[in-house]
Amino acid sequence: MFDWLLIPGLGSVLAGTAILGFLCGTLGTFTVLRKQSLLGDSISHACLPGIILSFLIFNSKESWVLMAGAVVFGTLASLVVLAITKYSRVKEDSALAITLSVFFGFGLMLLTWVQRRPDASQAGLARFLFGQAATLLDRDVYLLAAIALPCLACVLLFWKQFQLLSFDRSFALSLGINVSFFEILLSILLVLVIVAGLETVGVVLMSALLVAPPVAARQWTNKLGMMTFLAGLFGAISGIAGAIISNLGKTSIPTGPVIVLFISAVVLLSILFAPARGIVWQFLKQWKESGILQLDSVLSNLCNLAKEHSGKQLGHSIAMLKEISSQPAGVSKSISKLREMALVFEVEKGFFIPTKKGETYLLNKTSQMGGSQ
Amino acid sequence: MTEKTDNKVELALEINDLTVSYREKPVLWDIDLEIPKGALVGIVGPNGAGKTTLIKSILGLLKPVAGSAKILGLEIDQGIKKIAYVPQRGSVDWDFPATVFDVVQMGTYGKLGWFKRPGANEKNLTKDALQKVGMLELAHRQISQLSGGQQQRVFLARALVQQAEIYFMDEPFQGVDSTTEQAIVELLRELRNKGATALVVHHDLQTVKDYFDWVVLLNVRKIAAGPVLEVFTEANLKLAFGSRVSLGE
Repeated sequence: MFDWLLIPGLGSVLAGTAILGFLCGTLGTFTVLRKQSLLGDSISHACLPGIILSFLIFNSKESWVLMAGAVVFGTLASLVVLAITKYSRVKEDSALAITLSVFFGFGLMLLTWVQRRPDASQAGLARFLFGQAATLLDRDVYLLAAIALPCLACVLLFWKQFQLLSFDRSFALSLGINVSFFEILLSILLVLVIVAGLETVGVVLMSALLVAPPVAARQWTNKLGMMTFLAGLFGAISGIAGAIISNLGKTSIPTGPVIVLFISAVVLLSILFAPARGIVWQFLKQWKESGILQLDSVLSNLCNLAKEHSGKQLGHSIAMLKEISSQPAGVSKSISKLREMALVFEVEKGFFIPTKKGETYLLNKTSQMGGSQ
Repeated sequence: MTEKTDNKVELALEINDLTVSYREKPVLWDIDLEIPKGALVGIVGPNGAGKTTLIKSILGLLKPVAGSAKILGLEIDQGIKKIAYVPQRGSVDWDFPATVFDVVQMGTYGKLGWFKRPGANEKNLTKDALQKVGMLELAHRQISQLSGGQQQRVFLARALVQQAEIYFMDEPFQGVDSTTEQAIVELLRELRNKGATALVVHHDLQTVKDYFDWVVLLNVRKIAAGPVLEVFTEANLKLAFGSRVSLGE
């Protein structure tokens, strides 16, 4: 069905990674806003022993069988984290780290043991470490879609609850909203989404696909709806790009790292160049503001000088202005800019006075400052 | 101190034997409290006296070890719908992707039910509330670009939208400009004149007599509660705060 691309099988790989990326980005938005990025990481690592045990018990490598094991262990891990923070004095970050390492260590041990067994049936289990999108078949895509649809439906249906819960949990409680129900629902969705991505991205890097797209998306918008959609879009694009790049040539690099590198590049670009929130943009804004400030201060100096020396002197030189300026280097430049704006006038060669327009400009500026405190 | 009220006075809030502890340490000890309807109540006490805890445990946000509370004669799970809660400003991340309008509209979610989305009615309520706190012009501003006073006004508007009968406010005057402080006081009086009750956690002892007509002095135990003129005395303050505090009169 997905063989419309030149390489047989690539169609389903692309469809699968796109669905997965979109799903991760969308759900990841709430994970990031609720500051639970690390929980995602612990859950995904904890899925490894579930996968291997499932294989050992049912002796099957069917995706859904392995996924079922992953769901059990992912849920178990999140409950363990919850229990540790609730019943002991261990803080959440430590609880997350402990859970992650214990489950993942157990998983690695099982994996190594299974791989050393003489029969070859275990071949391919290692792909769950770093992910291999190339193995996605048509039915895997259907399975992904079957997970994605109800998850996305929940996001649409419970939009206002998820929004409220992410912004202000105790206010949500005070409204009489069933907060624990929605928290559990969000956790279930998180586990489902992680498990859905394990085969493609792998347990080690799965959380990056949850966290990175929302982080990038937040840079471009101040609206939750737009952020959620953009995160989905970035996730889908990264998924597709990762699948294509990792399938180029015959080397077949694991898909997970490629997807993560790609989405990281998107994050980096967003942090640097997004309007309003981007570092470069903010730097430019500051630079522009400091330029205007310098301009204003030169004009104000000139006005003060003109007031003090009214009648005695026709104008004042740049050298004079430099003497009283805090940044003498920029004075000449500011004067020529002020002349362009017709705020100062050159009465004699090298001597300047403020124009009427310049005086009113300055008055407006100072009254504005007074107004906004 | 409060005598046992007869049924003549309608109670906004009734608390019996409330005890809350964090681990083994009691934060609130055996609190009995009766607040009449229509009172503007200041909750006053030193740091760690359990002021915020009192509000949170009445709302059911914290689980008390013992005791019960009734809101307008109703149990908590019913009564909570009559309360609008204004948390401390610092309790949320103001970099959350939302506009002023979005946040205030959240106040309507409680009555909307599970699946309904805010419609024209909710939007109008939101605009009215924004108008009342003087933030209508800033309705579409991103919340990360607000000053402290503006953030507080947003939280107040979000509570007003709920059209509640009782308001719980946690330090609404903390770190706001004097214009906002006055605006909040006006708003409180307006609410009281409409018959609403307000419980306000408050820090500034100097303004207690001006702002409130009832006061609860708290320091883990209830030191005193009642009309400001009767209860807000030097002697009671010394009991609550220790000897260093005076009214400065």
